[in-house]
Amino acid sequence: MYPLEGAVTDAAEAEAAAAEDRRLVAGLRDGDDAVYAELLRRWHPAMLRVARMYVRDRATAEEVVQETWLAVLQGIGRFEGRSSLKTWVFRILTNRAKTRGGREARSVPFSALGGETEAGEPAVPEERFLSAEDPRAPHGWATPPRSWARVPEERLEARETIDCIRMAIADLPDAQRTVIALRDIDGWSAAEVCDALEITDANQRVLLHRARSKVRLACEAELEAA
Amino acid sequence: MNAIALSCQELVELVTDYLEDALPAPERARFDGHIAGCEHCTAYLEQMRTTITLTGRLRAEELAPESVEPLLEAFRDWRRGGRG
Repeated sequence: MYPLEGAVTDAAEAEAAAAEDRRLVAGLRDGDDAVYAELLRRWHPAMLRVARMYVRDRATAEEVVQETWLAVLQGIGRFEGRSSLKTWVFRILTNRAKTRGGREARSVPFSALGGETEAGEPAVPEERFLSAEDPRAPHGWATPPRSWARVPEERLEARETIDCIRMAIADLPDAQRTVIALRDIDGWSAAEVCDALEITDANQRVLLHRARSKVRLACEAELEAA
Repeated sequence: MNAIALSCQELVELVTDYLEDALPAPERARFDGHIAGCEHCTAYLEQMRTTITLTGRLRAEELAPESVEPLLEAFRDWRRGGRG
């Protein structure tokens, strides 16, 4: 509606991001511990997740991530800022992980993706809805969700709830787990996830939908158990 | 208002596309129309938003200081070693 304002904001944001990248790149070039530690904290968990999609086991994923950090440190002098630092680092990672995965005969990263994006896995169990013929409301709620508006904040944010989310995510199939973790834990954009995992936007959304739906169900069960 | 109303069971499958702003305009209008008149689906959408926020809380506990230390050590080694 306000294209000019939007453009100004976007430009300001892009400039802020570029300035932040310059600070990080300068820090890495200078061998600044604090900058490196900051990047580790910010990206290391996501790097493990992404690597894990291309290689067979966690130990190999950890090796790939360590090799990537070394390659980043060795190559940072040649980084020209044509992409963001993050994109550049994760491209190095996926290239290495793919090479490694190929060597270990898991070169198709989303071998399970086909199955994971197929229809037929409802967000909410169908027994919670009325039938198509029900005169009250066809396909309406039979067992509706209860509002969480009255659930106290302390209960929502309790250790038990957060642990329950962690377990629900751990139980997800690989691709769903990776996508929800990158999006909702690491705070990545949809485009960043598609780029790093080499999947389409539509697939990304299907995986995210399945994952979030299951995590919500787990939260609902946990909060109603109390 | 809309030719074909959205059922609750259909709506829950569109929630992610809605939150991702990936619904075509007519479908978004049907979604908004349904939500406006359905407290259960309103609760569902709110639950989904809360779930996303709570999932974000896992971020803080991800990388414990002890798991950073070996990687920082490798960094110091690399720096001492004359930068590859």
